[in-house]
Amino acid sequence: MKTRSFMGGPLLPILTGCLFFGGWEAIVRLLDIPTIVLPPPSSIVVALWGSVGSADFQWAVVVTLYEIVAGFALGALSGLILGFIIALSPLAERLLYPYVVAFQTLPKVAVAPIIVIWFGYGLNSKIIITATIAFFPLLANTIMGLRAAPPDQIDMMVSYTASRWQVFRMIRLMQALPYIFVGLDVAIVLSVIGAIVGEFVGAKAGLGYLLMQKNFNFDMAGTFAILFVLSLIGVILHAAVRLVQRRVIFWMDTTGKQSLSA
Amino acid sequence: MVSLAQRLPIRPDPREHRDIALMRIAGVEKTYLTRDGEEVHALRDIHLDIRAGEFISIVGPSGCGKSTLLKILAGILARSRGEITMRGRALTGPSRDLGVVFQAPVLLPWLTVLQNVMVPVKIQRANRTEGEARARELLGMVGLSGFERKYPSELSGGMQQRVGICRALVHDPAILLMDEPFGALDAMTRETMNEELQRIWSERRKTILLVTHSIPEAIHLADRVVVMTPRPGRIVEVIDVDLPRPRTLDMQNTPEFGRYAGRLRRHFHSHATFDA
Repeated sequence: MKTRSFMGGPLLPILTGCLFFGGWEAIVRLLDIPTIVLPPPSSIVVALWGSVGSADFQWAVVVTLYEIVAGFALGALSGLILGFIIALSPLAERLLYPYVVAFQTLPKVAVAPIIVIWFGYGLNSKIIITATIAFFPLLANTIMGLRAAPPDQIDMMVSYTASRWQVFRMIRLMQALPYIFVGLDVAIVLSVIGAIVGEFVGAKAGLGYLLMQKNFNFDMAGTFAILFVLSLIGVILHAAVRLVQRRVIFWMDTTGKQSLSA
Repeated sequence: MVSLAQRLPIRPDPREHRDIALMRIAGVEKTYLTRDGEEVHALRDIHLDIRAGEFISIVGPSGCGKSTLLKILAGILARSRGEITMRGRALTGPSRDLGVVFQAPVLLPWLTVLQNVMVPVKIQRANRTEGEARARELLGMVGLSGFERKYPSELSGGMQQRVGICRALVHDPAILLMDEPFGALDAMTRETMNEELQRIWSERRKTILLVTHSIPEAIHLADRVVVMTPRPGRIVEVIDVDLPRPRTLDMQNTPEFGRYAGRLRRHFHSHATFDA
């Protein structure tokens, strides 16, 4: 029991964190590396502390967070809807899927400048860039999930005279949920990237915009501080999705395996 | 040695059973086409009359088509030829008059025990209050009172299969079709389940068709044992079991029981191994 809580608890990751940042600090100081090349963790903490209170920084966090969440919602919802249509209609699959895949293989970074031209330097272009990235994981997982129902469960339903709609509602939809949540989890993390890419291409506000500014000014500690905030946002959003997932798909254990062989 | 029954297809005299047959299987065949275009007979010329209240075991080695036959009767597999009638009316698909118990319990992990038993009631849009009362009563009968709100993952394999049996009975079907329902259970649990099935059958006056690969199980429970052999899957003999009821496990050690078992085993000497 003791080893289990030791293995499962936060102690081990904290230990690696301490070693990593401690080593980083030590190397920068011992080798006398200039801050402009690699700032020590202590100066990043100072920079972070300094910016947290500033209105500019807080506004940037709000803007980027809004782009991430709105873009994620738009992309995920479209992916979900198109996924249902394609999974349920072989005709729609033949008509649309090749083009969806072709669109997916297109690097979104390359498309981003066009979207900025079409939708301007404001929030809309960032939301749409984010949506194009969040779209595909939901689409692919929804299609796969709706087709993942075990044949014996469908046979069971049919033997009790279930209609196609009843099989869909009572089995296919439920069996698709774990897949859909995998898609949501991937999409929310990619959405952070989407919003930053959008801001890099052209923006007037946001963490990506702030990051560029700090970078141009050779404020390396400030740049690293923003990177830290971005990864923190990613981790929190990911954890939020997992929290909802555990509530909705309560019959699966955390490893994602169905806890029942039936 | 080829017995007479093996050479002659078993055809019941239609005049004799017309009034008492609850389900009539007449000339049912199932053929598959292999990739090379070769025709494989999974089932050939199956004739069987099932009387109301009867307990029939179908026994045979794997590949004899016994599960295929059950799936066809359940309406989840199409037959290639032949007629199935139920109370004189043609059976063309799944029917509310049937309850199916599968090899695995096939419970839905996101539903509670009670909700799982209620699945047929929900599908058939039957009266919910009556259905729930019957579901609770059935769960009580198999010793699962107090487990209504548990989830399948909290139950043992034997308990899960009991829930599966309750689900097959909740809409009060005339015939219970069981496809090797206890195959995955250990020997001890299996014996207990056999006792329970015997009790359910006598208390509920159901007609039961049980597919099994266990010869003792087949004899222990059945009024008639249907023997099937593979390539092509066909019925080679139907044996009446005249052992008194209720049957006990001790009966399996009697000479009469041994004679039935011996008679069944004769058919399988040249075939795959049997657990018995």
